[in-house]
Amino acid sequence: MNLQRRCGLLTGIGTFLAVTLFPVYWALVASFTPETRLFTTPSLFPTEVVLDHYYALFAERDFWTPIRNSLIVAGSTTFFCVTVGALCAYALARLRFRWKVPILGFILAVTMFPQISLVPPLYLILRAFHLINTYPGLIFPYVTFAMPLTVWLLVGFFRQLPHEIEEAALVDGASRLRTLWEIILPLAMPGVATSAILTFVYCWNEFLFAFVFTLEPERYTAPVAIALFRGQYQMSWGQVLAAAVVATVPVTVLILLFQQRIVQGLTAGAVKG
Amino acid sequence: MERQEARLAWLLVLPALAIIVLIALVPLLWALWESFHLHDLRMPWRGQPWVGPANYMEALTEARFWQAAGHTALFIVTSVTLELALGLVLALILHRSYRGRGAIRAAALVPWVMPTVVAALVWRFLFESPSGVVNMLATELGFMEQPFVWFIHATAAWVPLVLADVWKTTPFVALLLLAGLQSIDTTLYEAARIDGAGPWRQFTSVTLPLLRPALLVALIFRTLDAVRVFDLIYILTGGGPGTATEPLALYTFHVLFQRLRFGYGAALSVLIFLLTFALALIYIRVLGKDLLRPGA
Repeated sequence: MNLQRRCGLLTGIGTFLAVTLFPVYWALVASFTPETRLFTTPSLFPTEVVLDHYYALFAERDFWTPIRNSLIVAGSTTFFCVTVGALCAYALARLRFRWKVPILGFILAVTMFPQISLVPPLYLILRAFHLINTYPGLIFPYVTFAMPLTVWLLVGFFRQLPHEIEEAALVDGASRLRTLWEIILPLAMPGVATSAILTFVYCWNEFLFAFVFTLEPERYTAPVAIALFRGQYQMSWGQVLAAAVVATVPVTVLILLFQQRIVQGLTAGAVKG
Repeated sequence: MERQEARLAWLLVLPALAIIVLIALVPLLWALWESFHLHDLRMPWRGQPWVGPANYMEALTEARFWQAAGHTALFIVTSVTLELALGLVLALILHRSYRGRGAIRAAALVPWVMPTVVAALVWRFLFESPSGVVNMLATELGFMEQPFVWFIHATAAWVPLVLADVWKTTPFVALLLLAGLQSIDTTLYEAARIDGAGPWRQFTSVTLPLLRPALLVALIFRTLDAVRVFDLIYILTGGGPGTATEPLALYTFHVLFQRLRFGYGAALSVLIFLLTFALALIYIRVLGKDLLRPGA
């Protein structure tokens, strides 16, 4: 590769990294900057690091509650969808039966449903069952997007396992279900874990459903609490950004730890064609 | 044996499939039913009388609906075009470089994994007036004489919106396209080179055609996401100034939860669904006839 082209590549990558990471960096720095200096003397490197905003967030605002709510709702939804979805995905990926392709197409189509289209009926259903502002009242709507997503991702991972494994087990006389439980599932564990992480992240980040199906701060999820902080209390930017950091760090760490598999799972659909 | 396998398959598929049908399809049909009725939560004594297509007629003759539809179209065209173009450039760069690819991929995942609410707030903070970092840099570098109030201008308010969306999703588009690029057989490039094709010719006659499935997937995902855009705009501009940046989903939300008109809101939500569906169909028809083949 000649020098000119290498310089071009490096410039491109440098620009990309700078543009991508600068907003994150800037918000991170601001969350550690005293409120009075936030807009008056901005500098690229922090001159004074304080924990005021984080202290206020947990000591004065009770940011634990929304974090806990998010954990409960996203965790329950993920657990339910992965358990039920794994069985469905196994059959769709590795068993032969009619209607397989139409079912896959249907599941893919449901993942693309616009959320707002489900809001009016879901709201009326939840209201009729007195489930507005409850955990089940969030988990149930979350399953609408999480279940098809989980199944779709799991099908991709199950397909990657070589077929010989099952054939060998079947020849040995193990039943299909035992093969699934004792051989396929352990082998597919990394894929199952990746799907679970992605489903969890989608639920953790969800805003619209959580926003319209909760009414009181005790039930707000983290994104709703952050979105409403500003309007509710005329809250300082420092605290808003500190809350943003707290809500983002756990999912970012989770995703970065498993990044290779996650990218593989997400891009599988694009490659097969 | 084969019948046994099929029976087991149905047994395993049914629970999840039943749940998906029950919680996604039933509400959709309910919304359709609702949309032909008058249902005003502020006036429960009026009941839910059948009104035929009146809600749809109202939407199609209302200025604010068309304005919102226009905003949605504008948002789709600008953001998706930029994301695909920049994403392709980025994917090509990443495909060429071997060093530091892991670090770059990690950086690309950060905006994607961030909750949209957080991304919107961060961009609001960057563009805040008078002394947000964008205003500060622009005045310092001499692009502007004085700080500009982005969020009170009907046109300028779109700049942070589109930029935030492009920032958040372009890296992901690039990763999708990169996966597509990596699946292209490298011997094809050699064959093209032997046939005397230059870099541009190789790009147009090898890369682009073979990248078509990946491009189509990225295009569909991004477009359908842009049709239903809500979080980003709700947090970043609130649809303002006035209703200058209000897309369809935001207007539907307003009708449902500010005016409490559920019949009309359901009609709007059905229209958004139909728009999504129509766009997906058009894309698949025009660009990817062979995309959903069995075994794909």
